[in-house]
Amino acid sequence: MSPRATLSLTVNGKRRRVSVPPMKRLLDVLREECSLTGTKEGCGEGECGACTVLIDGRTVNSCLVPAVQAAGATILTVEGLARGARLTALQEAFVGMGGSQCGICTPGILLAAHELLRRKRGRVPSDPEVREALAGNLCRCTGYQRIVDAVQAAARPGPRGVKRPAAMARHRPSARAREHR
Amino acid sequence: MRAALSTLTVARPRDLAHALRLMGGGGGAGRPTPLAGGTDLLVYLNAGTHTGRGFIDLWGLRELRGVRTTRRGMTLGALTTFSEIREHAALARRFPALAAAAAEVGGRQIQNRATVAGNIANASPAGDSLPALMALDAIVHVRSVRGSHAVPFGALYRGYRDLALAADELITAVEIPFAPPRSVQFFRKVGTRRAQSISKVVMAGVLRVGRDGCVDHVRLAWGSVAPVTLLSGRAEEALLGAKPSRMAAALARDALMDDIAPIDDIRSDREYRLAVAGNVLEQSLRAADPRFARS
Repeated sequence: MSPRATLSLTVNGKRRRVSVPPMKRLLDVLREECSLTGTKEGCGEGECGACTVLIDGRTVNSCLVPAVQAAGATILTVEGLARGARLTALQEAFVGMGGSQCGICTPGILLAAHELLRRKRGRVPSDPEVREALAGNLCRCTGYQRIVDAVQAAARPGPRGVKRPAAMARHRPSARAREHR
Repeated sequence: MRAALSTLTVARPRDLAHALRLMGGGGGAGRPTPLAGGTDLLVYLNAGTHTGRGFIDLWGLRELRGVRTTRRGMTLGALTTFSEIREHAALARRFPALAAAAAEVGGRQIQNRATVAGNIANASPAGDSLPALMALDAIVHVRSVRGSHAVPFGALYRGYRDLALAADELITAVEIPFAPPRSVQFFRKVGTRRAQSISKVVMAGVLRVGRDGCVDHVRLAWGSVAPVTLLSGRAEEALLGAKPSRMAAALARDALMDDIAPIDDIRSDREYRLAVAGNVLEQSLRAADPRFARS
């Protein structure tokens, strides 16, 4: 007989009750009980950040959080960023600027960047700030520069005061990216 | 092999007293393992290297949270996370070596969960906050149903991953006395890459050059260069009372080679660690006081 715990948690604004083994990984609860498969498993040991979600506004590796510690918590996964078909400025910037390639790291990186932009409250984070905030997320495709560019672009105010990745249409690569051409 | 997570049990104590009763009940193999941020324990469970079947989830215990300032220093609740340490302005001002260590423990995701007492209890010689706590003469507060006591950081580790605590004891807080006025703190971690790496060499120090121009307070604590986090007593002795100079730094470096005993392992080798520890010491001394660069 395996032990079970009945927990309620709020995932992407929706209240959920799940009955799971208490030490089941939050990653697996999200993917299996909540059918939210946007959250990916990479290393399963807290090194790669692919499974990053927000608990009460802070990033965690969901492969290292036991289900019991998510009881009563508010969780944001990549599925909770967009409003229906309307992507966030951050997501638009990733799409428009090549911030995503194979895509496995993208959900985790979006959430880590989301936390950073909220912490910056409208200020454009510097290159080192973005890299520091994303230090816990590994990407093996992009070389990171386009990710950094996209995060900064998403923080720049666009026309009519709406935050938009203005650089999307006329993407000017950073000095560093140009060097690599 | 990965542990069957579905068979593990978790007790969720209402308060600290309840947690201590749970820690005290049922000795031997039945004793549950305290669980804080989980950033080490879940890795061991996923890898199959932790064999305990029962856990006590401490995460919800408010008595183990919060940072208090007293006249003599600051006291961190056991569950203070590395993010909280980074973001606490007074902590960062008073204990820059600890704040610097907190910023280099894993990535943000780890810092948001990993706790100061968890890093201590995990007892890895590579734990990044441990040299900072040791150099700052931290005191670890411990409780059980039998009572409470305080353990100076220097007496905490008896050997490799061997913590000087009884099986029923919980770390409740870490007290850090203010460093001497006008002292300088430093922290340096050397890993394979800047972020998300486990240390090859990690050190923290506190140094003060007195009004007479001689070193009158020095602590140099090291990780990943011995079975336990340790103070380099011979290097400290070489510096204490000395006037800062290139020669004094070189003598301290020579003395350090007898303090530390690094090994070859998956992350680095003995020769590299000896060389890097010596470099880190001389660089840190020069950064703390430029006279260490002059002859």
